[in-house]
Amino acid sequence: MGDLNKLGLAEARDGLRKGDFTSREITEDCIAAIDGADALNAVTAKTPEKALSMADVADARLKDGDAPDMCGLPLGIKDLFCTDGVQSQAASNILGGFLPPYESTTTSQLWADGAVMLGKLNMDEFAMGSSNETSAYGAVSSPWKRPGTNAPLTPGGSSGGSAAAVSGDLCLAATGTDTGGSIRQPAAFTGITGVKPTYGRVSRWGIIAFASSLDQAGPMTKSVRDSAIMLKAMAGHDPKDSTSADIPVPDFEAALTGDIRGKTIGIPKEYRVDNMPEEIETLWADGRAMLQDAGANIVDISLPHTKYALPAYYIIAPAEASSNLARYDGVRYGARAGLQASDGVTEMYEKTRADGFGAEVQRRVMIGAYVLSAGYYDAYYLRAQKVRTLIKRDFETVFADGVDAILTPATPSAAFALGEVADPIQMYLNDVFTVTVNLAGLPGVSVPAGVNGDGLPMGLQLIGQPWGEAEMLNVAYALERAAGFTAKPERWW
Amino acid sequence: MSVDKDTVRRVAHLARIEVAESDLEPLSKELSAILNFAEQLAEVDVEGVEPMTSVTPMALKRRADEVTDGDIQDKILQNAPDAREGFFAVPKVVE
Repeated sequence: MGDLNKLGLAEARDGLRKGDFTSREITEDCIAAIDGADALNAVTAKTPEKALSMADVADARLKDGDAPDMCGLPLGIKDLFCTDGVQSQAASNILGGFLPPYESTTTSQLWADGAVMLGKLNMDEFAMGSSNETSAYGAVSSPWKRPGTNAPLTPGGSSGGSAAAVSGDLCLAATGTDTGGSIRQPAAFTGITGVKPTYGRVSRWGIIAFASSLDQAGPMTKSVRDSAIMLKAMAGHDPKDSTSADIPVPDFEAALTGDIRGKTIGIPKEYRVDNMPEEIETLWADGRAMLQDAGANIVDISLPHTKYALPAYYIIAPAEASSNLARYDGVRYGARAGLQASDGVTEMYEKTRADGFGAEVQRRVMIGAYVLSAGYYDAYYLRAQKVRTLIKRDFETVFADGVDAILTPATPSAAFALGEVADPIQMYLNDVFTVTVNLAGLPGVSVPAGVNGDGLPMGLQLIGQPWGEAEMLNVAYALERAAGFTAKPERWW
Repeated sequence: MSVDKDTVRRVAHLARIEVAESDLEPLSKELSAILNFAEQLAEVDVEGVEPMTSVTPMALKRRADEVTDGDIQDKILQNAPDAREGFFAVPKVVE
């Protein structure tokens, strides 16, 4: 054996049932791959003993027969998910030392199905970032490199550790979360598949909150089929999350027929942005042709408020973040700053939050406090929420006109080098194609569809109707088959 | 819209984040840049548009008003930076 870590979920599931290998063997290979990949800085906490004992339980369950699909499959978990007794810091110093005495609902569901936890994965601090450079643990290096240079590239963010771990074969799949593109952008940068489900499909309980009306957890995997399998295990109603939907979870994998004849795919003209590299344009045109060849009807559509999505997002998300992050006060959990004898409770809050939050988090919390403050609420926050209504209405209109799914580029470029984008607003522009989906609460998937001139992966995004993940994933499956993306990073770490 | 140093000082206090005097000026530039970026929203006609208040239309579920958990004082206090005698401890609040 020795390279079972390279398997996807579906292959591993099927191999376990045929007796080709055991969960313990896959898990051991993943643990070895993780131990050999410290240079990527993708893993923030390793839990090998826990993993092996979970694998043994899974092997026994598999032997008894009738085990769930995820049984025995080793996963990495983004540091944003609270995991019982295992450090969960949202890659922030302010949660230094925090050991949750509870487990997030969606990871509980994965473990109940028999999945195996390998450890926690690096990310941007509180999921605020698009390059994994805001992490208190330091940046993650992508497994991918440009030819002829050793400069480390970003795996994207905020789920950068998850993207690096999956594309570098440290695990079979990983969890991610997506508030403005944090699953789909890193998936596109690293040549993997990432799904942001419909808002309410996956419980947010136990996932450290960033912007509660935008956050959704989802799978990051090596194929569309793997995403379908893992999403089913993560999804479902949870009484502990009042926004989680009490509707049945379909068998997403069963929907993958690859038959998209007669489906209507919209191409939104507003997603052609200034300075978009030629290769992204070409990729998008190729994707359009592939879906057309597969029998879909391609129609040009308009989503007129697209350009206002990012500015609205950078009011709404910081506003929600400033409220959510108010809980980090140095009293109940995490780290408290060193205080002088004369310091009162206000100094304790202010010093703790100054020490504990990184620069990007501080900026966003302050922007949020500003746009929610007396005198500015109407001009910024309320207006942004009205624009959000218009953005959602754009999508409702095209769906009502018969569009089944929408095809766009996933990102405006391929991965950039660490340190290459210093200006916050330039960084925000990474999410230009993904953020509309969060604002409208829709499902979206990033599918690797080609490589650029440097051999780096590029992704296409499909946007589905609310609760239409199954249909969306079937279109993604057709696109995946037509694109035939097989590139892998050459191991340098 | 640009924010000046005094505004940054006020917002930092609202957010309970200590900011050194020397950092106010650079922060005012950074925050102004973000707010300027958001200025584009002013050109959208939002007359008669309702602000979005729920992402997916759904009725909030009700449940019986009864205690379903509790008796976990140790768990609640175990992550506190300073806990004493079953309480969270903080610097003196009242003189």
